[in-house]
Amino acid sequence: MLVLQVLANGLILGGLYACIAAGFSLVWGVLNIINILHGSFIVLGGYLAFFAYSIAGIHPFASILIAAPLFFALGYALQAGLINRMIAAPVLLTLSLTFGLDLMLANGMLVAFSADFRKIILDPPLGVLSVGPLVVPVDRLTAMILALALTGLLYLLLARSRIGRAIVAVRMDREAAALMGVNVKRIYAVTFGLGSLMAGASGALLAMIFPISPLVGPAYLGKAFVICVLGGLGSVPGAMIGGLALGVVESFGALWLGPEYAVPLSFTLLILVLIVRPSGLLGKRGYE
Amino acid sequence: MKRDALRAVAMFVLIALLPLAGDSYWLRLGTTMLMYGVLAISWNFIGGMAGYPSFASAAFFGLGAYAGAVAQKLGAPMGFAWALAGAAALVFAAALGVALLRLRGHYFAIASLVVAEVLRELVNAATDLTGGGMGLNLPIPRLASIEGQAMFFFYAMLALAALAFAAMLAAMHSRLGFGLRCIQQNESAADMLGVNTTLYKVAAFMLSGVFVGVAGAIYASWVHYIEPPDVFDVLYSVKAIVMVLIGGAGSVFGPLFGAALFLSLEELVWRNYLQVHTGVLGLLIVLLVLFLPKGLISLRRRTA
Amino acid sequence: MSALLELAGVSRAFGGLRALSSVDLAVQRGEVVGLIGPNGAGKTTLVNVVTGVHRATSGRVRFDGEDVTRLRPYQAARRGIARTFQIVQPFSAMTVLENVTAAALFGGAARSIAEARAQAREQLAFVGLEQAADRRAGALTLAMRKRLELAKGLAMRPKLLLLDEVNAGLNAVEMDAALALIRGIAARGVTIVIIEHLMKVVLSLCSRIVVLHHGELIAAGKPSEIVKDARVVQAYLGRRYAEAQPAHG
Repeated sequence: MLVLQVLANGLILGGLYACIAAGFSLVWGVLNIINILHGSFIVLGGYLAFFAYSIAGIHPFASILIAAPLFFALGYALQAGLINRMIAAPVLLTLSLTFGLDLMLANGMLVAFSADFRKIILDPPLGVLSVGPLVVPVDRLTAMILALALTGLLYLLLARSRIGRAIVAVRMDREAAALMGVNVKRIYAVTFGLGSLMAGASGALLAMIFPISPLVGPAYLGKAFVICVLGGLGSVPGAMIGGLALGVVESFGALWLGPEYAVPLSFTLLILVLIVRPSGLLGKRGYE
Repeated sequence: MKRDALRAVAMFVLIALLPLAGDSYWLRLGTTMLMYGVLAISWNFIGGMAGYPSFASAAFFGLGAYAGAVAQKLGAPMGFAWALAGAAALVFAAALGVALLRLRGHYFAIASLVVAEVLRELVNAATDLTGGGMGLNLPIPRLASIEGQAMFFFYAMLALAALAFAAMLAAMHSRLGFGLRCIQQNESAADMLGVNTTLYKVAAFMLSGVFVGVAGAIYASWVHYIEPPDVFDVLYSVKAIVMVLIGGAGSVFGPLFGAALFLSLEELVWRNYLQVHTGVLGLLIVLLVLFLPKGLISLRRRTA
Repeated sequence: MSALLELAGVSRAFGGLRALSSVDLAVQRGEVVGLIGPNGAGKTTLVNVVTGVHRATSGRVRFDGEDVTRLRPYQAARRGIARTFQIVQPFSAMTVLENVTAAALFGGAARSIAEARAQAREQLAFVGLEQAADRRAGALTLAMRKRLELAKGLAMRPKLLLLDEVNAGLNAVEMDAALALIRGIAARGVTIVIIEHLMKVVLSLCSRIVVLHHGELIAAGKPSEIVKDARVVQAYLGRRYAEAQPAHG
């Protein structure tokens, strides 16, 4: 029975992880840029929800609606104003660029919010749901459902909308898309905006479940890496599968090896997968 | 090559005279600069010459620090512990290189970044041997005085930096350096031309690991106390890259020049504003990438 | 005397696609063999299998009396198999001389960088690029880059030289010069396999022609026989011969 409970916990965690990784994966896949800022954006989204609730009493589920446009605008501006200038530079330089920006943002948050861990404590609490022998906290369950819904919306946006088709076209073949009249730089900015939106929104959800601090940004970034490698780049279903897989692996790893091994376990998994399949489990085979 | 070697000898002799001029503050600064120099020179092997964006410096540094510290804790003499740390880093780099250097671009960067995290958590978890999160105290060397100790570690780091530099100079003018430049330009073409790319890349990675490992061990002995977040700090990897970027990747004196300039900035500009230390470092990186992606060396060419 | 290069039942599949299916081919020492076939026939794949870029899915490749089926590219290169690329691939930030020096040092017999440099200068003189020795390889014209590729191949002291569309994109004058160069290389005793779209080139250079179509070797023989072979005409000449010069690659 314990196994079933751990599985349920893992899937709930995994739903949130999917949401964390979807935007990161999209940016990586379309722009060929690793957004090191992603972890700090998640934390920033968490603070937004925290203060919205503690100051204005806005429920964290509702604060997603505030976070979404704000983070989209932030990401769009960053890409259009700064990162687009370096888009064709070697990996080392683009990576250093987002790394530098992340150091600034993380430092800024540390000064503004201190390193103290904070968590949204809902009043009244949402309680727990018992299904047979399983016990599931309602806040976690709802957060997971919302996270999956957000991820699903992103999927629909990419699959159905005009701008989504343009993003996919740029991902497939940038030159061809440009020839067909797609404004590639604008698409890059929109994509980065969407990635940031997903980070901010998932941060708002996470703040209800895990304590946030500027220090946890890198941990979420690391999870996004792992999920991308597990699920393959740039695809929302890949992020979904990778996220759920990581959630389950972490939960069982914590059960069998001890919670302190959850992170090294997932990173070891990452390295192993990369060694066996250099382009990710579900990704296309590497260069030939 | 002869001219570079002569210049380097002159430079290291000048640095060696530093203790005559300064007090313990300058000695500490000099030791740190030489340590940074070792980090930058080492990264240049894999990042500058072979063109692989490695973030593994922190892993090598932490591994060396803990290997040296644990060896000393178990009773090994200091010099032997340092050599052991170098050997550990060398073997680790070889194994890691074989596994990771098949990856390219972002995948390699990430995998190398993650290694330090894994090692840190493992050290954290292996409490019996390493003290875990409590950190590890090292025996204080039985040397005459505080000044004598400071002097000793300064010269130890100087010798290591000189060794690393000599290795880099020799590599640059050898088959190895030539092959690495080919790999950096076009790996599959290099392969087709007869360059054993795997061997060369692994060799470069080992060179980028061994000196950093020893530097970690010297650092541990120098500060007497280490803990996982301190020595496995990802900023070691980032600083190594930034220093080389400042000086110009692949150049001979670039890494040392970058290390000196970086430390000066760190010391003069933002050590006084400890709260925003990393933020200013971030700003420096952003400005560097946007405006001087080929390093300060490119300024000379641009103005000429 | 045994053949220099021998392929026995060589197949190579990419996923479900068979790029080569059980190709048998023997190249004798000193031959100049033309390898022709429509686009996508598997010509470049065949070169890639011989040079170790791709490993044969099944079958055996023997070179100079040794099984080279499982060798990696650098190992094949050191045994004397050199190639040029359809799309030229110089180390563009290095000088022309450095490019050829690298070939002599890593793929050839040079024991030191200085010796490799001396050999490189000889090859540059042979292909007529000595004036450009100190220019950046990336700054050369296409015709010069093709010559650079030849010089690199020669600096490796090859027993076998595989030329992949070495004439594509050249104008008539440049092509005549290139043909003269290839004849000069053959006269040195280097065995050559040349992939080529232009029948004029193949007919004027090659002592023997082999034809690939859909990954299968459908014909092999003297140029005069090949042009009369019904299958070849149907598979290849019928469509391509009439067409104008193909574009790059």
